[in-house]
Amino acid sequence: MEALADFCNLYFFPGIAVGCIYALGAVGISLIFAILRFAHFAHGDVMTLGAYLAYSLVATLGWSVYVALALAVLGGALASVLIDQMAYKPFRRSPGIIVVIASFGVMLVVRSLIQLFWGVDVLNYETGIRMPVPLIGDFRMAQKHIIIIVVSIVIAASLHWFLSRSRMGKAMRAMSDDADLARISGIDTERVVRWTWLIGGGLAAAAGVFAGINSKLHPSVGWDLLLPLFAAAILGGIGKPYGAIVGGLAIGVAQEVATYPWIGDLPLVPPAYKNAVAFFVMVCMLIWRPTGIFRGRVL
Amino acid sequence: MALLEATGMVGGYGGMDILNGVDIAVEAREIVVIIGANGAGKSTAMKALFGLINLRAGKVTLNGADITGAVPNALVAHGMGYVPQERNVFRTMTVRENLEMGAFLKPGTQARVMEQVFALFPVLKEKAAQPAGELSGGQRQMVAVGRALMTEPKLLMLDEPTAGLSPLVMEQIFDRIVAVNKAGIGILLVEQNARQALAIAHRGYVLATGRNRFTGTAEALLANPEIGQSFLGG
Amino acid sequence: MDMQLFGLIMYAISLATMFGIYGVLCLGLNLQWGFAGLFNAGIAGFFAVGAYATAILTSPESPNYLGGFGWPPLLALPIAMLLSGLIAWPVGRICLGLKGDYLAMATIGISEIIRLILKNEDWLANGTMGISTVPRPFESLGQPWGNVAFLGFVLLVMAILYLAAERAWISPWGRAMRAIRDNELAAAAIGKDVVRFRLEAFVIGSMVMGLGGALSAMYFKFIGSSATEPLLTTFLVWVMLIIGGSGNNRGAMVGAGLVWLIWSGTELLTNRLPAEWITRSSYMRALLIGILLIVVLQRFAKGVLPEKPPRRIDG
Repeated sequence: MEALADFCNLYFFPGIAVGCIYALGAVGISLIFAILRFAHFAHGDVMTLGAYLAYSLVATLGWSVYVALALAVLGGALASVLIDQMAYKPFRRSPGIIVVIASFGVMLVVRSLIQLFWGVDVLNYETGIRMPVPLIGDFRMAQKHIIIIVVSIVIAASLHWFLSRSRMGKAMRAMSDDADLARISGIDTERVVRWTWLIGGGLAAAAGVFAGINSKLHPSVGWDLLLPLFAAAILGGIGKPYGAIVGGLAIGVAQEVATYPWIGDLPLVPPAYKNAVAFFVMVCMLIWRPTGIFRGRVL
Repeated sequence: MALLEATGMVGGYGGMDILNGVDIAVEAREIVVIIGANGAGKSTAMKALFGLINLRAGKVTLNGADITGAVPNALVAHGMGYVPQERNVFRTMTVRENLEMGAFLKPGTQARVMEQVFALFPVLKEKAAQPAGELSGGQRQMVAVGRALMTEPKLLMLDEPTAGLSPLVMEQIFDRIVAVNKAGIGILLVEQNARQALAIAHRGYVLATGRNRFTGTAEALLANPEIGQSFLGG
Repeated sequence: MDMQLFGLIMYAISLATMFGIYGVLCLGLNLQWGFAGLFNAGIAGFFAVGAYATAILTSPESPNYLGGFGWPPLLALPIAMLLSGLIAWPVGRICLGLKGDYLAMATIGISEIIRLILKNEDWLANGTMGISTVPRPFESLGQPWGNVAFLGFVLLVMAILYLAAERAWISPWGRAMRAIRDNELAAAAIGKDVVRFRLEAFVIGSMVMGLGGALSAMYFKFIGSSATEPLLTTFLVWVMLIIGGSGNNRGAMVGAGLVWLIWSGTELLTNRLPAEWITRSSYMRALLIGILLIVVLQRFAKGVLPEKPPRRIDG
C-alpha cells in the first residue's frame, strides 16, 4: 500500500499534471490541423509567449500566477490571431507544407522576440517550497498539480460544450469535415479560422503557464514540449481534439511513469530521456496506426 | 426582370476555357434544367454562376443586382442556394446539425425554417440525430437540399441531384423539387437524366462544347427530334 | 604583411569556407525538398551525426569519451555520410508513405532525440563539453595556406556535389522524382514506386547533410551541443534554400552565400551596438532571419533563382 502511494505521489499524479499540459497544447495543434490542414510548428513558442506574459503580470503587478493565467490566455489567443493574419493568411490556398515552412519563420520570430524582451535567464513564478496536500491515507498531491488538473478539466469541459453546442463550435466541426462545403453553405470560413486561432492560442498560453508553474520558465520551454505535443496529437489521431486530450494524458503519464525504477533501483528511463518516451510512442503509432487511436484524418 | 440572368459567360479551370459564351436565365418560380453531353460544361456553368469559377467574360445578375465574381458567402446571403453533386453533406455531423449549418447566416429564422424542411422531408425529422454520413444516398440528397433551403433562398441550384440514385428514389427527389418550387422558389437543375428532368421543368437549355445549343420550353425541347436523338437517348 | 589586411583575408577565407559548408547542406536539402518535396525539419540531427562521427573517429585518444581513433580526416567523411544515411533510412521508411506533415514531425523528433543523447551521454561524446580536438586537414600548412587549402577542399566538395546534383536533376531518376513531387497519383499510375524514390532522395539528402556536419566539425575543430542548435542548422539552411530558390541547385548555393553574408554581416553591425545590446544581438539576427523567411515565402516564393521549367520538346 505504501509502495502504491509512493508510486502515485511521485510518478502517477505528476504524470497526470504533465499530461494536462500536453493535452492543452495538443488540442490546439489538432484543431488547427482540422481547420487549416497543417502541423503548426510554432505552437510551442506560442506556449512560451503565454508563459512570459503571465510572468510579466506576476513580476510587475505582484499578481498570483493563477490570476495572471486568465490574461495570459487572452494574450496568447489575440497574439495567435495576429500571427495568423500576418504570417499564414496569404497561404490559405497553398499546400499545407508551405505553411509549415512559414510556421518555422514564425517560430524564429516569436522566440527571438521573447529573448529580446525577457532575456534568456531561467525564471520562476514563485519561490519557496510548498508542502503537498494530503488526500486519502498516504496519498498526497502537490498543490500546483491539483490546480493544473482542476483548471484543465474546466477548460476541457468548456471546450466540449463549445464544440458540441455553440454555433461557432459546430461551424468549426463543419469546416473540419469539409471546408469547401462549409464555404458553399454560407459559413464565414475566415471567422471560423479566427476562432480556431483564438482557442488554439488561448489553450497554448494556458499550457505554457502551467509548464512554467510545473518546472521553470525559459525561452525554449515550449520548443522542448513540441515533440511530446506532436506525439500526443498523433496518438489521439491528428485533427481530433478529443483524441488529443487522451493522447496528451497518455504521453504525460507514460513519460513520468517510465522514470519509475521498475527493474532494479535505477529509473527505467533516465529523467533526461523523458522526451524519448514520447518519441517512442510517436514512432510506434506511425508504424502501426498513423491515424491514431481515434482515427484522425491525415494519410 | 429575370430572377437570375447570365450572359456571355467565358471561363474554366486554370488556363483552359470550358465555357465559351453561355447564357442562362431563370424567371421567378420557374424550374429550368441544363442538359448536355458529358464535358459540355453543364456543371461548370453552374459553378460559375455560384462564384466558384472566375469568369473571364460575361455578366451575372440576381434580381437585377450584378453578382459577377461575388464569393459564395455573399451569394448565399443574396438568396442563392447551391447543392453540389458530390460531398454535399457534413458526414460526421447529425442531420439536425447539417441543417443548422445551412442557417449559419440566418440564425434568427432557424427553428421555423427547419420545421418547413422537416415538413418537406419527413424522413429527416426521424433521422435528425443521426450522422449524415450514415444515411442512404437519397436521404443524403434530401439533407443537402434541406441545408440549402435553410437560408430561404429565392433560387436553388442543384447539380445532378439524382446521380447514382435508383429510379424510385429519383422520382421522389424530382417530386420534392417540384414541391420546393411550388413554395415559390426558382430552381435551376443540371441533369443527366434529361427526359425525367424536362418532364418537371418549365424551360431547358442544351449545352454543347461550352455554348448554348438549344433553348426552349420543356415541351418544345422534348418534341425536337434532333435533341431526342442526341441528348435524350433516342 | 599588413596585419589589418591579413585579418581581412582571414575573415574572407572563413566567410567563404562557411559558405561552402552551408552550400553542401543546402544542396542536401534541395535533394529532399527541391527534388522530392520532402519536408525535413531535423537537419540538425543528421548534421550532428556526421559531425560527431567525424570527431570521434579522427580526434586523438581521450579517456573521457568514446574514441579518439585518430583516423585520417578524409577516411572519416564516408563513414559520417554512411551513419547519417543509416539513421535516415528507418525514419524515411516509416514516414514516406504518409502525408508530409508526418515526416516533418518525425524528423524534428529524431533530431531532438539525437541531440538529447549526444548531450547526455558523457562517455560517448563528452556530453555538453563536446570534443575540441578534431583535426582539420591541411592544418600543418599553417596560416593562411592551411586555411586556403581547406577552403579549396570544401569548395571542391561542394562543386562535385553540385555537378552530381545537376546530372541527377536531368536524369530519368530526377525527372521521376519531380513527377512524383508534382503529382504523386499520376506518377504512381505510370508505375513509379513512389515510396522507394522518396526514400532514395531522403537518404541521399541526409547523407549530404552528414557530410556538411563532418566538414563543419573539421573546420571549427570542435563539436558540442551548441554547434548543433537547430537555429544554426535546420532553420538557417531552410531559409537559405527558400531564399535561393528551391528546386534549383545553383539557387541553393546562391541562397547559402546570400544568407550567410547577411548573417555574418549583421554580426559585424551589431558588434558596434552599445554593450548591453550586444548580448541580445544574436536574437535580433534570428528575428531578422525569421521575418525574411516569411516575407520571401509570401512575396517571392520561387526565390532568387527559381526552378527552371522543363525544356519543351517541339515537333
